Amino acid sequence: MSAASRAEAPAFVAKTKAGRITDFVDARVGGSGMLREFGRKVFPDHWSFMFGEVALYSFVILLLSGTFLTFFFDPSMAETRYDGSYLPLKNVEMSVAYSSSLDISFDVRGGLFMRQVHHWAALLFVASIGVHMLRVFFTGAFRKPREMNWVVGSVLLILAMAAGFTGYSLPDDLLSGNGLRIIDGVIKAIPVVGTYISFFLFGGEFPGTAVIGRLYMLHILLVPALILLMIVLHLFMVVVHKHTQYPGPGRNDGNVVGYPLGPVYAAKAGGFFFIVFGVIALMAAFFTINPIWNYGPYDPSPVSAGTQPDWYIGFVDGALRLMPGVIGDFHFEYVIFGYTLTLNVLLPALVPAGILFTVMFMYPWIESWITKDTREHHVLDRPRNAPTRTAIGVAGFVWYCVMWAAAGSDLIATHFHVSLNDVTYWLRALFFIGPVIAFVVAKRVALALQRKDREIALHGRETGRIVRLPHGEFIEVHAPLDEYKRYKLVGFESPSPLPAVPNDHGIVTRKEKQRAFLSKWFFEDRVAPATPAELEAGHGHHAPAVEAGEESKSLSH
Amino acid sequence: MGNHSDGSPNHSGTVATAGQNEVEKFQDPGIPPHRLRLADTDPKAAKRAERQVAVLFGASVVGTLIFLVAYFAIDLGEGTSIATIRLQNALLGVGTAFAMLGIGTGIVHWAKALMPDHEVSEERHPIRTEEDRLAAVRIVDDIVEETGIKRRPLIRNTLLGAMALAPLPAIAVFGDLGPRPDRALSHTMWAPQEGKLKRLTRDPDGTPIKASDVTIGSAFHVIPEGLNELHEGKLNEKAKAVVLLMRLDPASLNPSEGREDWSYNGIVAYSKICTHVGCPVALYEQQTHHLLCPCHQSTFDLTNECKVIFGPASRPLPQLPIAVDAEGYLVATSDFNEPVGPSYWERDEHERSIKS
Repeated sequence: MSAASRAEAPAFVAKTKAGRITDFVDARVGGSGMLREFGRKVFPDHWSFMFGEVALYSFVILLLSGTFLTFFFDPSMAETRYDGSYLPLKNVEMSVAYSSSLDISFDVRGGLFMRQVHHWAALLFVASIGVHMLRVFFTGAFRKPREMNWVVGSVLLILAMAAGFTGYSLPDDLLSGNGLRIIDGVIKAIPVVGTYISFFLFGGEFPGTAVIGRLYMLHILLVPALILLMIVLHLFMVVVHKHTQYPGPGRNDGNVVGYPLGPVYAAKAGGFFFIVFGVIALMAAFFTINPIWNYGPYDPSPVSAGTQPDWYIGFVDGALRLMPGVIGDFHFEYVIFGYTLTLNVLLPALVPAGILFTVMFMYPWIESWITKDTREHHVLDRPRNAPTRTAIGVAGFVWYCVMWAAAGSDLIATHFHVSLNDVTYWLRALFFIGPVIAFVVAKRVALALQRKDREIALHGRETGRIVRLPHGEFIEVHAPLDEYKRYKLVGFESPSPLPAVPNDHGIVTRKEKQRAFLSKWFFEDRVAPATPAELEAGHGHHAPAVEAGEESKSLSH
Repeated sequence: MGNHSDGSPNHSGTVATAGQNEVEKFQDPGIPPHRLRLADTDPKAAKRAERQVAVLFGASVVGTLIFLVAYFAIDLGEGTSIATIRLQNALLGVGTAFAMLGIGTGIVHWAKALMPDHEVSEERHPIRTEEDRLAAVRIVDDIVEETGIKRRPLIRNTLLGAMALAPLPAIAVFGDLGPRPDRALSHTMWAPQEGKLKRLTRDPDGTPIKASDVTIGSAFHVIPEGLNELHEGKLNEKAKAVVLLMRLDPASLNPSEGREDWSYNGIVAYSKICTHVGCPVALYEQQTHHLLCPCHQSTFDLTNECKVIFGPASRPLPQLPIAVDAEGYLVATSDFNEPVGPSYWERDEHERSIKS
């Protein structure tokens, strides 16, 4: 910039008030470039994109309500006698942490409301992350270039669970104390270092007087800071990649179709924050969550039947329940070189969760290795159009749900008046065969839906009008689709299996053979999208809707 | 679709990338024509939508007022009934819900009914240009080259070694988070003190139990004598020492060798801490003589020295040897002769040292 131009008065004078304010800020901190980039940035719109937003907004609500709670909560485990306004616990010996949680509930106006908001928002936070990840998985949104964002999201899921668990234990009530007791038992099962970790975590023997203060620090400082960091990374990558979009007319991998950020999208997303807040407030108003005053202070002796962890820990607790400690004469706990190995605790606590999270983290790379698909994808798959992936996802989900249901095995037994042992036996069987059945069923359903799409694309939609032909036959009149609707049904790829390919030395490696095998498994059963030629051929005929013998395999090209 | 930032160099003819099977396809008809909404064409509808939005914002104001009234008009204090607190909680929640939902639904309605709803298409730009990529790779190569790290393995290896060891102090510094476990887990309060046997007392009030109080079929939750008088570590001791006391028909007990005198007249005492992960085994099924842990449903058979008959536990509940003192009160003749509670790595070692 030349000296002369610097001396000149600014040539630009905004005409509107908003324009002048924008100009004022811009002239001082320079934001016009950013505004130009983001002000009208296009976001695709779909109801399933809201789950991530729900998670984000729940987190904001958690920060707001949590900050309020910290003003009144005291994480000390020192012994005290209760002197608040809840009479049934008057003069009962308890920790200061529990006592201050009661005070928040009964003596701080709005304190109970804040506790309820905080707990409901936490449950919703983890739930919305889970549903959001399912959406991302089933639509293939994790594919290149978004693999790393999938990993960040997975880390967020783990952090959300960690935040939930550390917070759940803070009131030091009987229920959460038993939860900590279980965690202690699991930690002690870790070979070699387990006992030490337990003593270090609790500052000595369980329960000690240190753990609540330590969890408190993790809960209000370390874990939220990490979550915040991950959210920033997550959203940064969303901006870099631009949002994915569902397939449809006008949408392809080279564009993004939707509403501009300002004003429509910003208004909808901003308004949605208030809606999430409102819904959580309603839940807090009418549905009691974690009534700690009913449980009493933590005491290692009593326990109530039907104890349940918060829902997101349920699958681990369920796995613990499903594992038999003894089969016949075989004990899963045994002594090895003079030391105790507790596989009946170690296996269920670590293995299922380990498998779930490992596969989750690795899945984008597993799939792209099998399919050799290294292209960028910005258009999502409809779940039916990726039958094997959908089946894998459903199988994993069912596996998770079996374990989750097992965490309520006693409640299932009492509610449905069946034997607790039978419930456990059935769930043990489902643990192994449930995912297999789910895989097969989901894949068949996906293929069937694809066939249905083909039929509709080629023969139009059912109108509900029944016509009687001169010779007495009844037919239902089908109305052809317009080209936009049809494109939604036919605009997808249906890759065929990739046979093994020799490498540069002309050798088909064992790994490549495995890949080819998996590729076959992945793509063998497929339904190809309808083509214009097929539509052409179908015109004028009134043959039965879809040709007989339309086997999926005969359609592969 | 251009393969813009697809950096893969391998496009030899033999490798068909998934989805490249070229078949004749339907042409993309483009974004469907925009359909006008009622409010776009009918000024009356637009005016109506405007009013609706205003009403929703008004509802929000009402919600805020409900909140404030509930906060200030309902006072909490000594002896507040739980009903009052519930009422205040409900009103605060309803107020907040109205306040938030009014704003939220109002804005969304405004956006959906009145703001332009034309779908727009925007080009996606490659995340990075090919030129940048080449430059970046070259820069990284140059930097690595200039450090000479590849040519000087001595520097590289010593650096790696130093870096690998440097975090050790960061781990070691947490060593004082807790004491060493030593043998803390291998003994409980039940061990006789200075030759005096500990009485079995009721949980939680600590009154001693006479053998004659224990009728057949009854069960007692038991803590050791003197637990309530502890000032420090009371819960720690309690977490190991709690015991379940039951009386069965002596004939139904099947004590193994060496454990015949651990019961008294069919009265048996077992650790209440589950050998699975440590929940209290609090449920006693009188008819079947089973003990059930409510946390993970491990089931123990009292008539068989608390052998595991169902569930995830793998080890029987430890038995507390009991007898009766001169005044007829139940006492523990010794500590448990194995560690109680969930298993841990050193458990077997501890058990052996207790028994020897």
